[in-house]
Amino acid sequence: MKELVVISGKGGTGKTSLTAALAVLSSPCVVTDCDVDAPDLHLVLQPQTIQQQPFVGGRKACIITSTCRKCGKCVELCRFGAIRHKKGDAECEEGGFLIDALACEGCGVCVDHCPERAIELRPYVNGQWYLSRFHGGYLFHATLDVGSENSGKLVTQLRRAAHEFATKRGVPLILTDGPPGIGCPVIASLTGASLALIVTEPTVAGLHDFERIARLCRQLGVPAVTVINKADINPETSDRIANSSIRYGTDVIGMIPFDSDIVRAQMAARSVVEVSDGPAARAMRAIHSTVMSRLEKALDVHSGEFITIDVTQIDNVKSKGVTT
Amino acid sequence: MKIVIASGKGGTGKTTVATNLAFLLAREGLRVAYVDCDVEEPNGHLFLQPVIEREWPIEKPVPVVESQRCTQCGRCSKACRFGAIISLPQRTVVFPELCHACGGCQLACPAGAISEKGRRVGTVRAGYAGTIQFLGGELDIGQPMSPPIIRALKETPLEADLVFLDAPPGTSCPVVETLRGADMALLVTEPTPFGLYDLQLAIRLVRALSIPAAVIVNRVVKDGEPFLQWRQRLKQLPVPVWAEIPESRAIAEAYSSGTIIAQNVPEFARELQPVMHKLKASIDEGTCRHQW
Repeated sequence: MKELVVISGKGGTGKTSLTAALAVLSSPCVVTDCDVDAPDLHLVLQPQTIQQQPFVGGRKACIITSTCRKCGKCVELCRFGAIRHKKGDAECEEGGFLIDALACEGCGVCVDHCPERAIELRPYVNGQWYLSRFHGGYLFHATLDVGSENSGKLVTQLRRAAHEFATKRGVPLILTDGPPGIGCPVIASLTGASLALIVTEPTVAGLHDFERIARLCRQLGVPAVTVINKADINPETSDRIANSSIRYGTDVIGMIPFDSDIVRAQMAARSVVEVSDGPAARAMRAIHSTVMSRLEKALDVHSGEFITIDVTQIDNVKSKGVTT
Repeated sequence: MKIVIASGKGGTGKTTVATNLAFLLAREGLRVAYVDCDVEEPNGHLFLQPVIEREWPIEKPVPVVESQRCTQCGRCSKACRFGAIISLPQRTVVFPELCHACGGCQLACPAGAISEKGRRVGTVRAGYAGTIQFLGGELDIGQPMSPPIIRALKETPLEADLVFLDAPPGTSCPVVETLRGADMALLVTEPTPFGLYDLQLAIRLVRALSIPAAVIVNRVVKDGEPFLQWRQRLKQLPVPVWAEIPESRAIAEAYSSGTIIAQNVPEFARELQPVMHKLKASIDEGTCRHQW
């Protein structure tokens, strides 16, 4: 089974529009929306949810007010400024303490060192994940509560669920829509994948961010190819991206011209290849066939490399020999 | 006054709005600072082209185990909720990438064998772009956690009436870290279903943090039924719309080549005028005092 991860570094370059087109063209397939911060794929694929589950992303400290003696030791030890001293606040009694759930990282230092044992770590549901059916296959997607952390862990959970499901059903392909950036959810989306498809745009910011994501792919050992979206708005910068991609070994396999059909398709909640035969749709069809032949040669997705703890990178993969 | 430019969805124009507002207000004589908090993919420097005067590494404290003192009692492994320190029969191993730098292992160690050492996670650069104070962070490639760099940016002293913090996309921890302590947020969106959906997520976030917000809609094509329908849905959201910037080839070209758009495209500067008036009014009212 192969997994293609669509990624970009810079946000808004067209990852989701391209993933949706590839999903429709690759039917039947399993699709995973790993941009759990701002998931948009369901707006195009219009899926029917079959199954919904809460995501327990971690644990958060919780003060048992009846036991708390208000000594302030927790405030002193917390490095995340997550314990608020709420003077005269209606929510808690005079001089009491309150955990700021958005700042708490669940490290448990306050729990271990409270002289009165008045703090507990409690499981914290900070999102939901879904298995849905769309006209071209199945979609794994999630919503993370706003302001939550552990998006990397949710990404790993989604990818693992998609992997198990696809294995069971004998579906040969998983398509993953990745998040922007290069941080923990991106690393969690990329590790162990067969191939990464970098979508960029010919702007100075697009070029700059392309180089960073290409370096990350190389560091994680994930082979990558590049697609330049809106390539015709600045041919000179498109050339620079193409040159740069040779240097990083992520050759450009397609260029999508600027085409207002892309936004029109989004407005109609459809994939562009379903509603248009314009230049962008044609380019995406060509990209689809190139990517599929690249995937045939790529390695199978390696779920053993999916990260197991909330955040990680190569060090952790290497470390497995030591810990087990 | 600290203003965060955020969006939910990526690529809507956060950096464009932040750098141009900084440029236009600095040109009017205000003391302005621009802080690039999108440390995973920082782009502000490409447009402002600052002269960097100072650059320093950002480190995260991670545990170091002194093997002679360590008794392999395993209390550090038990204290660490992130699996970042593991006590084996022969030695204790630290996984710096997993470490949240909470200090729990050090507190738990009865033998005093654990100390902390800084480990590089990225860089902060400071300088000037004309009269604009510039501060930018950059996460090292392969490092998963950006909040320590954003915290370092926010701890750097600035002397400015207006500070623009350019946020990363999304709604999770790096965005929360950027928004914490801000006086207001400008949410940049685009007139598409993706833009609207992600804007709603961003609004939920700023409300959870009790930060007032206003919306700037970018790449607007005013004619046509789809946009009018979109605008109807936008108007139902509990935030004021401060500007609608039209879709224009001149703007797209100026952006793609990395220039300050307001310098080259007057109509763009004009669209930002109402936003500038409102920001200046807030300073005059003294609603917010810059205090870092």
